Amino acid sequence: MSYLFFQVTVAIYILSTAAYVVYFVTQNKYARDVARLHILGAGIIHTACIVVRYIEAGHTPLVNNHEAVSFFAWSMTWAFLTFHWRYKVKNLGAFVSPVITALMLVSAFSSRTFPELPPALKSGWLPVHASIAIVANGFLALSFCGAVMYLLQERQIKRKNFGMFYSRLPSLDTLDNLNHHCLTVGFPLLTLGIVTGSIWAEQAWGSYWHWDPKETWSLITWFLYAALLHQRLTVGWRGRRAAIMAIIGFLAVLFTFWGVTYLLEGVHTYAG
Amino acid sequence: MLADTITVLGVNHKTAPVEVRERLAFAGDCETPIRELKAIPGCDELCFLSTCNRVETFFVSRNKEATERAVREFLFAGSNMSLDEAAKYTYCHHGKDAVQHIFRVAASLDSMIVGEPQILGQMKQAFRESLERKCTGVIMNRLLNKAFSVAKRIRTETNIGSNAVSISYAAVELAKKIFGELKNKKVLLVGAGEMAELAAEHLINQGIAEVVVANRTLERAVNLARRFKGRAVGLSELVSQLVYVDILISSTGAPGLVLMKKDVKPIMRQRMNRPLFMIDIAVPRDLDPDLNTLDNIYLYDIDDLSQVVELNKSSRQEEAILAERIVAEETMKFVQWLETMDMTPTIVAIRKKADNIRATELAKTMNHLGALSPNEKKSIEILTTSIVNKILHDPILFLKNGSSVEESQELRLTLTRKLFGLDSELVSKDMP
Repeated sequence: MSYLFFQVTVAIYILSTAAYVVYFVTQNKYARDVARLHILGAGIIHTACIVVRYIEAGHTPLVNNHEAVSFFAWSMTWAFLTFHWRYKVKNLGAFVSPVITALMLVSAFSSRTFPELPPALKSGWLPVHASIAIVANGFLALSFCGAVMYLLQERQIKRKNFGMFYSRLPSLDTLDNLNHHCLTVGFPLLTLGIVTGSIWAEQAWGSYWHWDPKETWSLITWFLYAALLHQRLTVGWRGRRAAIMAIIGFLAVLFTFWGVTYLLEGVHTYAG
Repeated sequence: MLADTITVLGVNHKTAPVEVRERLAFAGDCETPIRELKAIPGCDELCFLSTCNRVETFFVSRNKEATERAVREFLFAGSNMSLDEAAKYTYCHHGKDAVQHIFRVAASLDSMIVGEPQILGQMKQAFRESLERKCTGVIMNRLLNKAFSVAKRIRTETNIGSNAVSISYAAVELAKKIFGELKNKKVLLVGAGEMAELAAEHLINQGIAEVVVANRTLERAVNLARRFKGRAVGLSELVSQLVYVDILISSTGAPGLVLMKKDVKPIMRQRMNRPLFMIDIAVPRDLDPDLNTLDNIYLYDIDDLSQVVELNKSSRQEEAILAERIVAEETMKFVQWLETMDMTPTIVAIRKKADNIRATELAKTMNHLGALSPNEKKSIEILTTSIVNKILHDPILFLKNGSSVEESQELRLTLTRKLFGLDSELVSKDMP
């Protein structure tokens, strides 16, 4: 059942991305409406898909790569939809939807078997810690998209070389706001993710901090974003520097999410 | 040919970069250039146009090579450029091409921003200056008045002016790409030129919160500031004002740079790195080009702004084709008028017509008279020739003289041509 929901969700994400790309190139308003409708639909069906998998698996479906990446995509979709609801950012969808689709494809090609839950993970902290950490990732991914758009637009305005992006991308101010907004939501969640994780670690393994690679890299990521937020609030770091920092931060997020799991050994290496 | 006496010599944004144009710019007063140009021998009629994008001289001369050389020397006198080097940047049109060029300039087809309305006013002003100093004559008066009516015709018959974007409009578009909303942004005008005023008006229409005017003479700044309900500051306060404003429009007539990178760098820290959009519409430039290398500063000079405008150019292309057709049509009409204005062809035509009549009638009479001695024949011929000459003497004198009353020359010509029925023949001859 969840398998079917998942297939449908992936298909709608792909359609939505295609419509966003068409809209980006042709600026046809009809394509934009189709794209918006599809991504909203995908977000809803995706939610249903996760709920169904929860029921079928009997535990929070955030244990293996398939589940975690799918939830990552879901967080990004909803981060995008909620942001979209509050602010207008021209053509943001054309940058966000390909990333979501890419995540969904990664998830689709990972093993979809229902894993046996390791004893260490049988805890009420699993849904709390994992979901908060991944939702944080969703917002940070959105800020990454905003940062890429910012750099593209800034480059055109600075170099006075106006290509197709100039008219299609929103103003620098809007993009910088997007970056700021995602950071102010994503960073507290990231912090909360680390705190809940360490409380859970204390309960499961007896100490708050193990210096296992996932923990270390989360901390590195946390410091990167903390530095960015600090500079932003005190000396008004913004624009290009903030965008570059957001991109570096997101690369650290990705490494924490996958690189650590596959490249380094540690207590978090149950997933995969 | 009278048409060949008209020449246009100048530089514009297409032929010369801003660095060259700023070395030629005659700041504000047309008095000196007009006086010096008028002193050039052979320069019968002239008009001098100097804007941020072009410096042009229109003149009528019967000795065009010599005059052209002298005008060229005058234009580049202050630029430290050799005439050969200068020639690379200038264009020179004669006759029909010159007429067409002047029509295109007036109709804003030659503008950096095609269809922008400012050039017509600037050209009218230039014409007025020449007129007041009595530098124009029949041809220049008619040419420029025609140019103005062509411009008006193009504005009403095509859509070229409807979405006409001026430099300031382009600047507003860019500002929106940087700031998003222009509400509660502040703008600083440095120098109180016409262009700055226009740009400020556009920005105020977008809901700009405050206008600050900095000018060398405080009085002018105060006047302008009052118009925009803003405040005036001295030019020395320029750097300290940068902490508060978001957009800076500079258009001073200063010969050198007004704002340097090293002055602005510390300001950015005080501004908490809020973006600063700097627009330099002055020629010569006011703002250090290196300012653009600073983070969160976006510096545009007049040439850069033209690229922004390039974007909506294609939509205007079709209208431009229509406008070019009107220009071509009007140019042809004007050249035709010039031809009829020509003295010599009219005199030649009168003489030819009279001589034809004389020859035909003489041949007829000779046939009736029968045998005559060569001497007698010669006498009759001389008689007829001198009658014709005597009769034509006064009309031709009437045509030629009276150059003291220049306004009536056109009238005299038309009258004479009608009197002798010259144009009806011309028409019938032209018809296949």
